[in-house]
Amino acid sequence: MYKHVLQSIEGIAVYPIISLAIFFIFFVLLLYMVYSYDRSWLDAMANKPLEDGSNGDSVNHRNSGEDLNG
Amino acid sequence: MALETFRYDNKIVRNFAFATVFWGIIGFLVGLIVATKLFAPNFLGFIPELTFGRLRPLHTNTVIFAFAGNAIFLGIYYSLPRLLKTEMYSKVLSNINFWGWQMVIISAAISLPLGFTTSKEYAELEWPIDILIAIVWIIFGINMLATIMKRREKHLYVAIWFYLATFITVAVLHVVNSFELPVSFMKSYPLYAGVQDALVQWWYGHNAVAFFLTTPFLGIMYYFIPKASNRPIYSYRLSIVHFWALIFIYIWAGPHHLLYTALPWWAQSLGTAFSIMLIAPSWGGMLNGLLTLRGAWDKVRESPVLKFLVVGVTAYGMATFEGPMMSLKNVNAITHYTDYVIAHVHTGALLWNGGLSFAMLYFIIPRIYDTKLFSKKLANYHFWFATMGALFYVIPMYFSGITQSLMWKEFTPQGFLRYPNFLETVKQVIPMYMIRAFGGVLFITGAILMIINLYKTVKQGSLIAEEEASAVPFKRNSQKRREGEAYHRWLESKPVLFSIFTFIAIIIGGVVEYVPTALIKSNIPTIASVKPYTPLELEGRDIYIREGCNNCHSQMIRPFRSETERYGEYAKAGEFVYDHPFLWGSKRTGPDLEREGGKYPNSWHFLHMKDPGSTSPGSIMPAFTWLYTQKLDTSHTITKVDAMRELGVPYPKGYEHEAMVDLRRQADSITKDLTNNGFQIRSDKEIIALIAYLQRLGTDIKAQPTTAVRDSILSEYSTK
Repeated sequence: MYKHVLQSIEGIAVYPIISLAIFFIFFVLLLYMVYSYDRSWLDAMANKPLEDGSNGDSVNHRNSGEDLNG
Repeated sequence: MALETFRYDNKIVRNFAFATVFWGIIGFLVGLIVATKLFAPNFLGFIPELTFGRLRPLHTNTVIFAFAGNAIFLGIYYSLPRLLKTEMYSKVLSNINFWGWQMVIISAAISLPLGFTTSKEYAELEWPIDILIAIVWIIFGINMLATIMKRREKHLYVAIWFYLATFITVAVLHVVNSFELPVSFMKSYPLYAGVQDALVQWWYGHNAVAFFLTTPFLGIMYYFIPKASNRPIYSYRLSIVHFWALIFIYIWAGPHHLLYTALPWWAQSLGTAFSIMLIAPSWGGMLNGLLTLRGAWDKVRESPVLKFLVVGVTAYGMATFEGPMMSLKNVNAITHYTDYVIAHVHTGALLWNGGLSFAMLYFIIPRIYDTKLFSKKLANYHFWFATMGALFYVIPMYFSGITQSLMWKEFTPQGFLRYPNFLETVKQVIPMYMIRAFGGVLFITGAILMIINLYKTVKQGSLIAEEEASAVPFKRNSQKRREGEAYHRWLESKPVLFSIFTFIAIIIGGVVEYVPTALIKSNIPTIASVKPYTPLELEGRDIYIREGCNNCHSQMIRPFRSETERYGEYAKAGEFVYDHPFLWGSKRTGPDLEREGGKYPNSWHFLHMKDPGSTSPGSIMPAFTWLYTQKLDTSHTITKVDAMRELGVPYPKGYEHEAMVDLRRQADSITKDLTNNGFQIRSDKEIIALIAYLQRLGTDIKAQPTTAVRDSILSEYSTK
């Protein structure tokens, strides 16, 4: 069986520490990355759901936007 | 470039909407039935197909895969084309996705009550259905990816990242957790055993919650909150951090379902650490959703859609704070195996998944039918019924969970258990079960109001089957990242690369978590006295699985004095090496059974299973009367022994030829013992096999084995 392939591994306790380190580095890099971004692009992306190119939106104008019928 | 005109397919959206409503009601009703059975065990009589053990998996499967599953497809098939400004890639694939998924659900609705189950929570469906799920899921993925490829919008919005992560991760989870060896049509044994099986199962179970009930709904949140409030998402920057941190961390947290079990200590601690870290992205996402409504809170008062969305996202916040708290070992020691977990789950299920699904239905149906919602007032009533129903559900369950735990753990000043009889702790929480069912009635009443409302809305409108839209396609010339272009912005225009990174993010946690346990024998110390099950016990175990006993009984004694006093020696990893599948359970509606073997005579079990009240007055266990009339099906016994050996269980060579003889020998011995005690039964009935299995449980590590027959069988063959 596959589980008998390796009989033991040295220093198993290092796994949780490695995993924590991987995540921490990943997280810091991610934060650095997003904070270096240009505001106008971020705003443009945030607006995507509101401009879906649907003619239906104008057809259903009374349902969207201000008049929230639910 | 010129403006192009295209059409959104609203028919498939409608189909998924109707399916969501239909299966939602069925799932809620089955939930109400099982809830009722917990305080009125005679409810609906003792029909095998309608017992708690068989219906509980039907309830969870229906609400997760049928109700939430169809709601996910509803959200994706509505929002994906609109975010990409294109029609879906293929209507044929859309329809295969729809009908294939309904077939999966119908197969589940038939097979689970019939007792075909793998026993693994949220993965109970047997192997032929597993294959069907895989096919349908891949078709859904192809349709989604191909739609992304022909998009007119260069960059993928955050909702789509969550949809992609859902597709990729569920595919990985489903495949890894479904490694099983079929022994017959609708019966299989998992490749893994014991601790490994538990680890893989809860890696799956936890991430099924993460990537089936969380990520797709986060995508839905990122689309529908801005839509319904007509406001852009609060922070796109936060959504990037939210997405990557969430999918990266979630996958590591699975072992928090197995704290204090026989799972290696390091894996437990890893699960806890990552569960706590999970608060950060979860709350980041919740706040991103709620803060989108800044300056628009007055709209929440007006719109039932926003009400459901806000309460849903708030419930998500509560559940994702509570979850990590329950992963702390000292808290877990109290909440695990109790009704507290049921309360925790339903905060998420009823309000987060339910609330978002209802919001989508109220948002989408009037739009695709080109009309207004029939009655906003009725929708508001639904909102209050759903919210009050959820509160009437979860509050008594929190009380019940804490009551159970305190009673299980209470000692007298003399050092004895205050409530040595488990039944005392059951009787105490019965009133809570009744209030919980009342909460369920409220929740279902609300859903019925929704059906009336949506029906009237559909009647007064007419479906825009093909909704015309237009957009300018983007230029596809540059493949490389432009100088100075933000990396993530570039990545958002590269769906394949994006998917690969997503895959890497989810696989790292899976590998670090799983590989050491899978590969290292030293993690699971073997115990020489632990032997394979005899053929009769193996058949009995399969009856235990068929009847879903593991839904109410754990087989895992944690290393607490309150548990070792009540149940016996705590569980060792090495005791489960032949358990394909593991049957540790996750809930103690009844007592733990890990060391049940030899606790009571055969005659006690004989009486107990026929009429639980006769041996345990006040018991809420159903009577399993059919086990006394149905003949044990031994047509697959030899195949089963063969399959087990294939999986690494050391049955001696040629043992399959002796298996049937041994089976009869052991059955005769139990029957004889019963006859001596005044109970007449033929030795070929199912109850005999079940008694054989129950009497075996946990006896291997005890000094004196209880069944002489088994001992002779195994010593005979171990010398060969």
